[in-house]
Amino acid sequence: MQSTAIPVTTSSSSKRPLLIGAIVALVGAFGYLAYGGVEDNLVYFLTPSELVAKGGKVVGRPVRLGGQVVPGSVEWNAETLNLKFKVTDGSQTVPVYSSGAPPQMFRAGIGVVVEGKLGANGTFDSKSLMVKHSNEYKAPKPGEGQHPARLDKSLIRS
Amino acid sequence: MTRILGLVSVWVALAISVYGLVALIGGLAKQRTAWVASGLQAVYVNFALLSVSAAAMIYALVTHDFSVGYVAQVGSRSTPTLYTIISLWGALEGSILFWGWVLAMYSAIVVYTNRRRPGGLVPWSAVALLTVGLFFYILLVGPANPWALISPTPPDGPGPNPLLQNHILMAVHPPLLYLGYVGMTVPFAFAVGALLSGEIAKDDWIRLTRRWTLSAWAFLSLAIIAGMWWSYEVLGWGGYWAWDPVENASFMPWLTSTAFLHSVMVQERRGMLKLWNVNLIVGTFLLTILGTFLTRSGIISSVHAFTTGTIGYFFLGFIAFCLVASLILVAGNSAGLRSEGQLDAMASRETVFLFNNLLLTGFTLVVILGTLFPLVAEAIKGAKVTVGAPFFNKMSIPICVALLFLMGVGPSLPWKAATDAQVRKAFLLPSIVAAIVAVLTLVFGPKDPYTVLAFAFASYAATCNLREYGVGIAARQKAHGESAPVALGRLVAANQRRYGGYLAHLGIIMTAAAITASSSGKVEREATLKPGQTMQVTDDLSVRLKTLWGKEEPRRQVIGADVELLKGGSVNGLIDPRMNFYRTQEQPVPTPAVRSRPQGDIYMNLMAFTPDGQSATIKVILEPFVPWIWFGGLIVALGAVVSAWPTARTSRQAARVSAPRTVRAPSGPVPEFS
Repeated sequence: MQSTAIPVTTSSSSKRPLLIGAIVALVGAFGYLAYGGVEDNLVYFLTPSELVAKGGKVVGRPVRLGGQVVPGSVEWNAETLNLKFKVTDGSQTVPVYSSGAPPQMFRAGIGVVVEGKLGANGTFDSKSLMVKHSNEYKAPKPGEGQHPARLDKSLIRS
Repeated sequence: MTRILGLVSVWVALAISVYGLVALIGGLAKQRTAWVASGLQAVYVNFALLSVSAAAMIYALVTHDFSVGYVAQVGSRSTPTLYTIISLWGALEGSILFWGWVLAMYSAIVVYTNRRRPGGLVPWSAVALLTVGLFFYILLVGPANPWALISPTPPDGPGPNPLLQNHILMAVHPPLLYLGYVGMTVPFAFAVGALLSGEIAKDDWIRLTRRWTLSAWAFLSLAIIAGMWWSYEVLGWGGYWAWDPVENASFMPWLTSTAFLHSVMVQERRGMLKLWNVNLIVGTFLLTILGTFLTRSGIISSVHAFTTGTIGYFFLGFIAFCLVASLILVAGNSAGLRSEGQLDAMASRETVFLFNNLLLTGFTLVVILGTLFPLVAEAIKGAKVTVGAPFFNKMSIPICVALLFLMGVGPSLPWKAATDAQVRKAFLLPSIVAAIVAVLTLVFGPKDPYTVLAFAFASYAATCNLREYGVGIAARQKAHGESAPVALGRLVAANQRRYGGYLAHLGIIMTAAAITASSSGKVEREATLKPGQTMQVTDDLSVRLKTLWGKEEPRRQVIGADVELLKGGSVNGLIDPRMNFYRTQEQPVPTPAVRSRPQGDIYMNLMAFTPDGQSATIKVILEPFVPWIWFGGLIVALGAVVSAWPTARTSRQAARVSAPRTVRAPSGPVPEFS
């Protein structure tokens, strides 16, 4: 142990508890925050059936809902950017409300994942909307060369 | 032919690695210099072999040799040559080949630059490097073989993932990432070498390790920034960081290596934290392997994808092997890892480093928890969950504010113990600046408490680090009568490590402040416009859709919107957000248009359009200060370069070391390093 003339230096026996205490407090705060934080911020992946089954328990909690867009349920107002549609997994159907333009590939029958919260009125309020796509890239089969987003000839500038 | 050449090269590299390991371990155990020298040659041969294999793969990609499995998977005749070449790292097998190649290159550089160094450190480090290499060669001939034969040869392939051929940053970000990521294997190898050769108690290996960690860290820092930039420019959501597992995979080893770069100074200066430093090095390496595992095994999307492929088991096995081997080595060397000094006072630089390390490793644990929790939850409860970004944000903001504070305190406090006067002096001016900034932010800026705190502590830290330059320049001016620029140049040249470090701090502070500012002052507007229609964004900025157009290209169809920026009613520029439809993928790839100015970006995305060209939905995001994030990243890297650049003094040291030459057995007498 070094003893110096510097006034703030005290012996290590009196400093060590202070240091250890600070470290323990820091680690404890971390652990407490992290544990509670994870629990509060889990986002569940649910199907419409699972969402309906959980009902009130997930109201107001962040959820990812995956399913197919019900044909004929899509209402999009381009002026107000309001988008309404229904998502189904075959047995249950959940109405979804979203604001903002739908992704270009969005259409009836396609698989989507919406992230948001279930409202008390049973409508799912979507914050983000993703069209589900596989990560596998396949060469187009014969006859598949036409892209679904085929454009009017007038739009093509060569 | 190319296929056979590429595959045989990897097989031979595998065999050479086994030979090298036998020769090195046998030679070191039996003190046969010739064996050790021969074993070290294996490292060079492997670099040559992996270069052949990687070159063969690039050749196969460029010549569209679709009989090669990997080319059939990612190649396409319509892909531009640049993107064809860089698809080497665009998918699993190619990226593992690239990993192996970069590691072989680093291994060769390590052995070559230390070829005259006596003692067992380098040969034992080569044992670790060859072992890690061996693991990747086994992957390449096993579960990640890019050279599988495809028969019959398909006429064309699907091309790389469209997201990876949409922006030039894909040619920049992955190589930088691998140079940083794989570079962390070298410090690990030195630590293993020091443990095995018995040099762990000496200082020399830790200096060598610090320089290698610093350069890998610089690459990793640049790679993370380039990845953020890529995400911002390509994904079209107007953000740059989402706490995605892929991002976390590169961030975790960055945090632990940052911790090491600080705590290593405590070891060099005071002989403390030796055990801790070895653990940080090992942990950083394990996190790079864990990150490769997370991003390359498919485990992230689902636990079930993992059970179908075997590559995940290889990684888990290797991580377990490295972990157990390192623990045994560290436990067996506890005598050499004992601390020489001890903390003298709370107000001292080493205490600041201690808390900096606690925060950085705590941060790492938080990120690990958030990243792995979904895997654990799915494995145990079967529930599919993700940990949302709010968790990471909530945890990281206080940690980052505390780190900013320490970044300022550290340089202000002396080693060992500060006097009361020193403490007062260290805190007074920066605290005043921080208080002024806090008040200004409250009055003119956002009232959000986190933003105020972040700005206050960022200005605190910036003041402390700038003051270090100011004090140094003033002292030189007074002592030598130099002009300020000359004094600055000589000050930095005389003490590169220190002032390079402060420069890196300033870069981090700039990035942290810009991230805070950009997330608190964002403005978003979205509207569907017909050509000629205008959308008001702010009081003095509006945008007008001019035309919507389409273009046919060989591999894709491009849809673009020409949008005029109107400032105070007059046209101030034109930008064209686009949407690319690749023929091999249903989902379009957005290409946002970004107009960068010092005060921030105008970020525009084409969200939707009607196929007849009659209207388009445009989203405009005003992103304040975003360019400063990238600029800060460059300054960080510049600081690392200044810090790591060989000085006259280190070259002299190296020359002294190189005097007694040839490799020696470790148990023999080892010349003292002075």
